[in-house]
Order: sequence, then C-alpha cells, then structure tokens
Amino acid sequence: MEYLMGMRCNDFVMLACDTTAVQQIITIKHDEDKLIPIDSHKLMGVAGEPGDRVQFSEFILANIRLYAARNNRELSTSATAHFTRGELATALRKRPYMANLLIAGFDKAGGPSLYWMDYLATMHKMNIAGTGYGSYFVLSMFDKLWRKDLNESEALDLMLKGIDEVKKRLVVAPPSYVIKIIDANGTRTIKTVTDPAVA
Amino acid sequence: MVGLGLDLSVLENPSKSAATDAQLDGLSVGVDLGMQSFPLPQVHDLDSFEREVMEYVKPSHGTTTLGFIFQGGVIMAVDSRASMGSYISSQTVKKVIEINPFLLGTMAGGAADCQFWLRNLGTQCRLYELNTGKRITVRAASKLLANTMYSYKGMGLSMGTMVAGWDATGPGLYYVDSDGQRTKGQVFSVGSGSLYAYGVLDQGYKWDLDVETAVELGRRAIYHATFRDAVSGGTVSVYHVTEKGWTKISGTDVGELHYEYYDNPEKHPCNGTQPI
Repeated sequence: MEYLMGMRCNDFVMLACDTTAVQQIITIKHDEDKLIPIDSHKLMGVAGEPGDRVQFSEFILANIRLYAARNNRELSTSATAHFTRGELATALRKRPYMANLLIAGFDKAGGPSLYWMDYLATMHKMNIAGTGYGSYFVLSMFDKLWRKDLNESEALDLMLKGIDEVKKRLVVAPPSYVIKIIDANGTRTIKTVTDPAVA
Repeated sequence: MVGLGLDLSVLENPSKSAATDAQLDGLSVGVDLGMQSFPLPQVHDLDSFEREVMEYVKPSHGTTTLGFIFQGGVIMAVDSRASMGSYISSQTVKKVIEINPFLLGTMAGGAADCQFWLRNLGTQCRLYELNTGKRITVRAASKLLANTMYSYKGMGLSMGTMVAGWDATGPGLYYVDSDGQRTKGQVFSVGSGSLYAYGVLDQGYKWDLDVETAVELGRRAIYHATFRDAVSGGTVSVYHVTEKGWTKISGTDVGELHYEYYDNPEKHPCNGTQPI
C-alpha cells in the first residue's frame, strides 16, 4: 500500500516514499520513483491510481516549466501548490484525478515549505504530513518526535524510524523506499531502503 | 477472451434469412419492418437483461503472458487459450501481436480490445515512421498506447499488455494497461496465470542468461502457469527480439511439454502421494 511522508524543519524539507508499482496483488516493479522533481528546488510526491498519478504529475510539471520558460522566472513553492490545487479542484467536477500529493520546496525568500493535498483538492501547509495507511502510524510518531531544529542526520534517522514502523505494523507494507531532501543546495536523494529479497 | 471460432451468422443481414422473418411473425412484435431490425428479446426488463447477458459474454481474463529483458535481448512468451467464463472458446489464440518487425505486443484481458488497439498502435507507429523517416522507439510507442488507454479510462476497456522491441537505445519492455498505467521494466508477467509464471520466472531469471536458457525459462514459466491456472493453456509461443527484430522461436502444445518435463508421473509433485 502506498506510503508518502514529508517533514519540514528549519533548513530543509525531507520526503519519503515507497518505490513499488502495484497491479492488483502483484508488485510489478521495485524502483518506481514517485518523488518527481519539478525544478532544482521543488519535489512533488504523488500517490494514487497509477494512470492518474503519472498523467497528472506530467501535466503539472509541464505547465510549471512552461510558466518558468515564458516568464523567465520560477514559481515559488506556494504558487506551485496553489496552482496544483486549482487544477485538482477544476478536475474534481469533471473527471477527478485520483491523486493525493505532497509538494515540497525551498525558496530563497521563504525557506523550506511543505504542502499536503488530497484528490478533493484540500490543501494544508504542514510541518509533517503523509498519505496512505502507513502514515497513520508515522504521523503520531512524528507528532511526538519532530522538532523544528532537527538537523539533516537526525531527520533522516526519524524518517528511517518511520519506515521501520510501517514495515513492522502495516500488513501491506511495501518492501522498498526512497528518501529525498531539499535544502538551499537543491534536491538530492539521501537514502534508498531496499529489502534484500527484491534488490 | 473472445473465441475466434465463434458462430458469426447472427451478424448476417436478417432480411436475407427466411427463418428470421418466420421468427419475427411468431414473436408477433408489432414493428413495421420497413427498415431492417433485430427482434428484441421477450423479457420484462430489457435494460437489466442486457446488463446480465453482458456478464456472460464478457471476455474473461484467463491468460498468461510474460516478457523479460536479458543479455541476449528480449523474450516474450504466451499461452494460447481463450475462455468465456468456464467455457474454453479457443485453444489457438495468437496472443503475441506483431506490431511491426521490431515491435511486439502481448494480449491479456479483452481480446477485441487488445487486437483493435494494438492494430491501432501499429498504424500510429507507421504514421510516425512516414512523418519522421525514423523508426519509433519502444518508449514512444508504449506512450502512444498509454495515452490512448488513458483517454478511454473508466469507459470499460480491459487490457493488460506488454510492448517490447528493439530500437536505437537497445532492448525495451513496457507494461501498459487499460487504467492508463505505463511502466518500464526488466521482467513482467500479465494475466490470471501471471502469479504462477512469476514464481518460475523469478527463481530462474538472471541478466547473464544465454539465449537458449532464456527461451527455455520463458517456455517453462508459461507451462507451469498453464498447469496451475485452469483458464490458461493450449500452446506456449516464445518470441525472441534482437537488434535484427523479432523471431518466433517455438510454439509447443502444453500437453507435449508436460510429458517432456515429467516423463514419469512419479516425478511430479502432484502425483505419487498415498491416497488417504
């Protein structure tokens, strides 16, 4: 079952996501990256129906890059999130995109930020956020352990702790995950968690 | 899967058939037959009757197909059974669809949907060639199909297909289905028997396989799937794709394969146990 988690601290945002592609009861792939880079300092994590997930994220990506190319200026994380929410809301009364997402970014002016969105186009600006059954275990854990001033390695440990909890308690836990960070230097992958059986 | 040997006489022009006129008289349907028409079924609620009937006629998902990339190219292997519910409608269905000399598609789900849309993909790929003067990549071809699938999402299409081939970037293998999902991979299996096929495939698969072993692995995985999955069977067809395009390696009856693999019943785990 899909797992998507994010946390924002003073100097960075960190996102974690499972990397499985599922078809009915079969995991058809173990290295599907669902944390999609929008530009050098923004990531979009998308969980939802397979077709909608890719189609919607490619649509958003293309429009945001088009905006940047036309205006010679990149959208802020906030503007990106609001634009995406608007598109979800427009689609909702036509043919909804079944996609829940996290948008994370680092702006020169505003620093790191994290937005949570569901397919009904609800949006919240959060410090910690997640989707999927796995997030129920981890949200409470992060409620207790999150601090604004966590440094990168402390935050990574916390993310890994969350993944361990999902693997321990969730019946349908995915075997492989990826963790990415966005800070002043941009986005990078800091850890992949892979079960030896699927490597 | 829709049987290819179906009786299609129902589609013939009704006015040519004396029997049809007689039937119409017998039903005493008060219609002016100035124009050609089919007699309606004599039921109370036509809508729900039609919905119910559609469930019987609906092609089932009984199929096993697989494809994998290895050192020597791409292997595609499929069974050949078509079923409608518990009825086996054909044992000789061609489930590998040859899109062009470098592209193959496999068929699982609705036979009509797969045949039609893979043929449609063939025309799109040919138009691409004529427009650009270049052969289409597997990546682009699979995206064309996925976009078509996505545009009909939720409208009842049913297909799970693998698009495989060889282009300038080397071997390619994509999974595309009627949900609009499209994903690239090394090893895929699709259909009701895919779980069984994965079991054999995953234990035997390595990148370094030589061609002969790889072909045998594909064949064996499909054979074992047809053994366990009642709605997969018939013959196992194996295709091999290289930089020179695809070749069909073999088509073997699963019965023959069974006696080849287990010449003595004692060898088979499903035999030789003492009755209780």
